Amino acid sequence: MSILVGPQTRLLVQGITGREGDFHSRAMLEYGTQIVAGVTPGKGGQSAVDGRVPVFDTVVDAVAETGANAACIFVPAPYAPDAILEAADAGIPLVICITEGIPALDMLRVHHLLRAQGVRLIGPNCPGATTVGSAKVGIIPGDIHRPGPVGLVSRSGTLTYEVVQAMTDAGVGQTTCVGIGGDPIVGTTFIDVLEMFNADPETEAIVLIGEIGGDDEERAADYCAREVRKPMAAFIAGRTAPPGRRMGHAGAIISGGAGTAESKRQALQAAGIRVADSPSQIPALLREAGVR
Amino acid sequence: MSPVRAGHSAGGRDRKCRLMDDHPFCPQEGDVKLQEYRSKEILARHGVPVAAGETATTPDQTREAAARIGGPVVVKAQVLVGGRGKAGGVKLAATPDEAAARAAEIIGLDIKGVTVRTVLVAPAAQIAKEYYLGLILDRGAEAVTIIASADGGVEIEETARTNPDAILRLPIHPLIGLQEHEVRRVGFFLGLPPELRKDFATILRGLYDAFIESDADLAEINPLVVTDAGQLEALDAKIVLDDSALFRHPDLEALRDLGEEEPSETAARDAGINFIKLDGSIGCMVNGAGLAMTTMDLVKLAGGEPANFLDIGGGAKAERVAAAFRIILDDPNVRAILINIFGGITRGDEVAHGIVEARASLGRQVPMVVRIVGTNAAEAAEILRAANLITADSLDDAARKAVAAAGSPA
Repeated sequence: MSILVGPQTRLLVQGITGREGDFHSRAMLEYGTQIVAGVTPGKGGQSAVDGRVPVFDTVVDAVAETGANAACIFVPAPYAPDAILEAADAGIPLVICITEGIPALDMLRVHHLLRAQGVRLIGPNCPGATTVGSAKVGIIPGDIHRPGPVGLVSRSGTLTYEVVQAMTDAGVGQTTCVGIGGDPIVGTTFIDVLEMFNADPETEAIVLIGEIGGDDEERAADYCAREVRKPMAAFIAGRTAPPGRRMGHAGAIISGGAGTAESKRQALQAAGIRVADSPSQIPALLREAGVR
Repeated sequence: MSPVRAGHSAGGRDRKCRLMDDHPFCPQEGDVKLQEYRSKEILARHGVPVAAGETATTPDQTREAAARIGGPVVVKAQVLVGGRGKAGGVKLAATPDEAAARAAEIIGLDIKGVTVRTVLVAPAAQIAKEYYLGLILDRGAEAVTIIASADGGVEIEETARTNPDAILRLPIHPLIGLQEHEVRRVGFFLGLPPELRKDFATILRGLYDAFIESDADLAEINPLVVTDAGQLEALDAKIVLDDSALFRHPDLEALRDLGEEEPSETAARDAGINFIKLDGSIGCMVNGAGLAMTTMDLVKLAGGEPANFLDIGGGAKAERVAAAFRIILDDPNVRAILINIFGGITRGDEVAHGIVEARASLGRQVPMVVRIVGTNAAEAAEILRAANLITADSLDDAARKAVAAAGSPA
């Protein structure tokens, strides 16, 4: 079963004819993801990725023709909020936005509108979601996975790959890996994904990868303590981050002494979650927690 | 599909706590902070009454400004770091000559590592009452949130610690915007005299419009005062802009004060690199912010100290890698460089080529430990081996090797 994406996913790629859209659409197809349509305004009627994917002018047209049920967005930041809303308005229930650098106030409006529409937004500024062996939506490298019982959720991109690779190397496989994005305002939080993993019978254990800034990890710890009985391991990046500085991700900042790695580690540990000092320790902690 | 977040109607939950959990009032480096006089200009354009004033960069200019203003003035250092009052950066002067003398003391003063170059000369207000009024991008509430307190003139963080009940935190619905009842509620919370409520509404609405129109992360008036003449006035103001929105505000981007920035950080931004200078000896070049932080953490865990945070971003090209090298090696403390690239949106072979090419043209050579995995990693490894760079199998291994390399002479 896994979560969010899988064999049922009929993907539409917005910005498919751009450099990143083209590069990653190829990788997604190679992984086995069904890409049924691309959208680039003004290029409707053409095809993309060496003729493998039909291109439409609008998302509405693409959905009508192909029955797309998920959208992946590679549109540049100034146009990405509009692209997200276009996908939602066309009735697509799952939108995954890879784009980095979207203005926060735009995301506030988009986020609340999508919530009212019942549309699930992942990201922005995220690497996407991969259900191992069936569908990869986004930019997570396909070859780092191995099928298995562990669900992974992360605020980061490449750090996610690091942890997944460490798990795969140690023989600990994954169900679905989800990057929720590093911006202050994101469509889907840790708790949203933890709920899905908690309800997914294929997912037997969960890894959470957090970082400094905000209190999403603390809230997640609180949720886990109350609701999650599956074994868990976690890693928090930024123990050496100086206060008051934004560490690359717009959301990664220790403000007024809050949002530190230490406070997040303590909250997770207090919830009975094993917390690693290095990504390489995650597989051992999962084994300790009883993961096969 | 059911979002469970507290959302912005969940006012009851841990209100006081949340204020500290998610506190935005300390300097947010990496965003564009505007100087007081710039912030006041923006607020004034939106109908907020501000204490008019003039900027000056010399005592003579200060004397002239004070003479034009007439009466007692306050001379205020224009720096972006907090605590300028305590550091002697804000002084009263009764006459133009006295203003010049105070400016002579303030200009050139070092406030938390920043040298004062500009002062604001403003009429000295006779203050009857001080309030705090601010707006923040509130990630917890997923809204722009009003912060108000009748205890103005002190740092809001201090009030939050000592008297959290004295603070009102009111999220504004992003799809509807500021409503009249919200304005009224803030006014009543502050205990404003009835005759000032209308002016207060203009100020809060002006502050909100300024926040939205300039794509701010933070806009605050502290203090908002009632003068002896019974008028509301913004005595000090601060606006912090959202970096990501600057593409649509070229006028505001131009207001960025480069004088208070680490020069290497300015150079990095121009090259499209996220860079923060630290005090250690091991330079780090990593793709992705989370992995960059993790790399720093593991350097520390291996017994070293990171010299910087550096994220070369997605799709890093050879030119950007070369720029990253220059920025890292510009720091004389750097004795080794750890390069950690996990492919994905970044192609490993491009990075390997970039490293090898850039290394050949560097003026200063230090040991380099390189780890590249992911997209096109096999090609990358080949390129690195051919160039005789130190390679590592894992991030832990890379951190250990970098710490060892930094300990040995370059």
